[in-house]
Amino acid sequence: MATVKRGVVPSVISEPHADPYTQPFWTAALEGRVTVQECTRCGLRLLPGGPRCFRCQNDEFRTVDLPGTGTIYSFIVVRHALRPSLKDVVPYVSAVIELDETQGAGARMVVNIIDCDPETIAIGDKVRIVFEKVSDTFAVPRAIAQR
Amino acid sequence: MTLKNQTAIVGVGATPYYQRGKSAPQTELSMACDTILAALDEAGLTIRDLDGFAIYSNSCNPAQIGEVLGVPEVRFAATLTSGGGGSAGALGLASAAIVSGMAEVCVTLMTLQQIGRRLGRSSSENSAAPPVPSSPYGSGGIPANTAFHIASGVIAPGHNFAMLARRHMHLYGTTREHFAEVAISQRENAIKRPTSLRTDPLTLDEYMNARMISDPLCIYDYTMESDGAIAVIITSAERARNLKQRPVHIMGSTHGGAGRWGQALFNFQMPDEYFASSGHRPVAQRLYDMAGVGPRDIDVALLYDHFSPMVIMQLEDYGFCPVGEGGRFVADGNIRYRTGSIPVNTHGGNLSEAYLIGMTHIREAVEQLRGTAVNQVTGAEIALVTGGPATLPVSGTILRGG
Repeated sequence: MATVKRGVVPSVISEPHADPYTQPFWTAALEGRVTVQECTRCGLRLLPGGPRCFRCQNDEFRTVDLPGTGTIYSFIVVRHALRPSLKDVVPYVSAVIELDETQGAGARMVVNIIDCDPETIAIGDKVRIVFEKVSDTFAVPRAIAQR
Repeated sequence: MTLKNQTAIVGVGATPYYQRGKSAPQTELSMACDTILAALDEAGLTIRDLDGFAIYSNSCNPAQIGEVLGVPEVRFAATLTSGGGGSAGALGLASAAIVSGMAEVCVTLMTLQQIGRRLGRSSSENSAAPPVPSSPYGSGGIPANTAFHIASGVIAPGHNFAMLARRHMHLYGTTREHFAEVAISQRENAIKRPTSLRTDPLTLDEYMNARMISDPLCIYDYTMESDGAIAVIITSAERARNLKQRPVHIMGSTHGGAGRWGQALFNFQMPDEYFASSGHRPVAQRLYDMAGVGPRDIDVALLYDHFSPMVIMQLEDYGFCPVGEGGRFVADGNIRYRTGSIPVNTHGGNLSEAYLIGMTHIREAVEQLRGTAVNQVTGAEIALVTGGPATLPVSGTILRGG
C-alpha cells in the first residue's frame, strides 16, 4: 500500500476503465500530457470525451493537447474523514478546475489539489494538472497550485 | 390540456420516524404495506381500489407489493428516473396516469431502512471495496468517467453539494450565517413537532462553532439519515369529492431540467449561468405556468433540504427572491414560521424532522392545506413542494386546499 500523505487522496483503482472516447486522455496522461476531445465541426472541447458534441451534435472529433493549466472554479476543504483510510489525509482540498484553452463548462476537471494551504486557497487561483502513475495503464490526475 | 386541478391527494399514511437503523424489526416492505393500507383507510378506500404505483428513487417494487398486499390488478407501475429529485414529481406521474385513464387510484411512497445501505456514506468505504461511486440520487451503471474523479476526494453527497455552495458564496456573497438561518429556523419548527428526530434548540453560536465536515458545510448543514415510510394516495378530483378527507388538489406538477444540468453536481459540467443553482429554474417556470399562479401566491413552501444551501438556491429558482439574493433573503427573516413572508419547511424538513427522501414535505403540505399542521400557517391555501436538487430530473408540485 502506498504511503499515506496528508492532503493527497489516493486512488482506489488502478485501471482507467476507459471507453473509446476517454482512452486518448488516459494514453496521453501516462506521458504527463493533458488532452481534450475537440469537435471537428464547431470546435467545442469535451472532457471527459463522449460520443457527441453537445453544442452541434457532431460525432467526429480530434484529440488536442492543452497546456495543462487552469483556474479554480470552486473548491471544498474536506475536514472529516469519510473512510478510515483517509484519517491521515484530511484536511484535503478538492476542486473543480476550468482548464486553459477550453470553453470551461463541458471540459472541467474535478481534482485533488495536493500542495496548497487549505486555509488560504481561493476561487480564481491558478493550478497545473500533474499525474501520478499508479499502473502501466493508469495515471491519476491531481493539481498543484501555480505560483 | 394539463393536469391542473384534475387530481387530488386523498389519503396519507406514515410510520413514526426513526434514527438510521432503528425501524427494525420492521422491514422496508412491511413499512410500505403498513403505510399504503393506512393511507387508503384514511381516504376511505381499500386495497381493492388501488391500481397504480407512481414512484421515484426506486422506493419499492410494485411487483412485490402487488403480490404481498393482494392488489386485484395493477394498471400503472412507473417511476421517475432520478432519486430524491423526483419526490414531488411522482405526484405528477400519478396524475398523468389518472388523467389519461390508465389508472384510477395511485400510490406514491417512500420506505426507507438504512441498515444494509446508507445514503450518506462515501462511494467506497475502503480501498478494497468496489471502485464505482454509486450515486444515491441517480441510477446505477459503471460510467467511463469514473477514473476522472476517483482520486478527486469528492466521494459523498455532502462534498458534491458543498462545491455548489462555495461557488454561490463566491458569486453572490452568501455566508455561513445565511446557511445557519436555514438550519436554525427549521430546527425551531421541528422542536414543536412530536415526530421530529432533532429537537435540541440550535443557536447561531453553536452553528458557527460546529464541526466542519465538507467546508463550507458544517454538521448542521447536513440532513440526517433516518428510517420510516410515508404513502400518499392520489385519485381524480371527481372521485375525491366523495371520500373521507378534504381533498388537496394538484394544481400543477413538473419535472425535468435543462439537458446540460444533466448529472449536475456529479460531473460539474453545468453552464456558468446556473452552476450555483438548484437546477429547478425551468421546472419552476413550467410549474407556475401550469398552476396559473406565481411565487406571491404560495402560502407555504416545502423545499427539499438535504443540505441547507440548497434551500437558498431553490428560493431563488422558484422566484421568491432574485438569483443571488437568497442568502440575504433568509437572513432578513423571510422564511420564518409566523413572521416570514414565505414560511419554509414548517415541519422542520430533512435537516431537523426526518429524512425520508422528500415524502415528509408532501405530508406537511397536505397537513397545511387541510388545516391540521402542527405549525399551521394561518389560512394556508396554496403550497409548493419540491424534489431534491440533484441530477435531472428535479421536480416541483403546487397543491391547493379543498
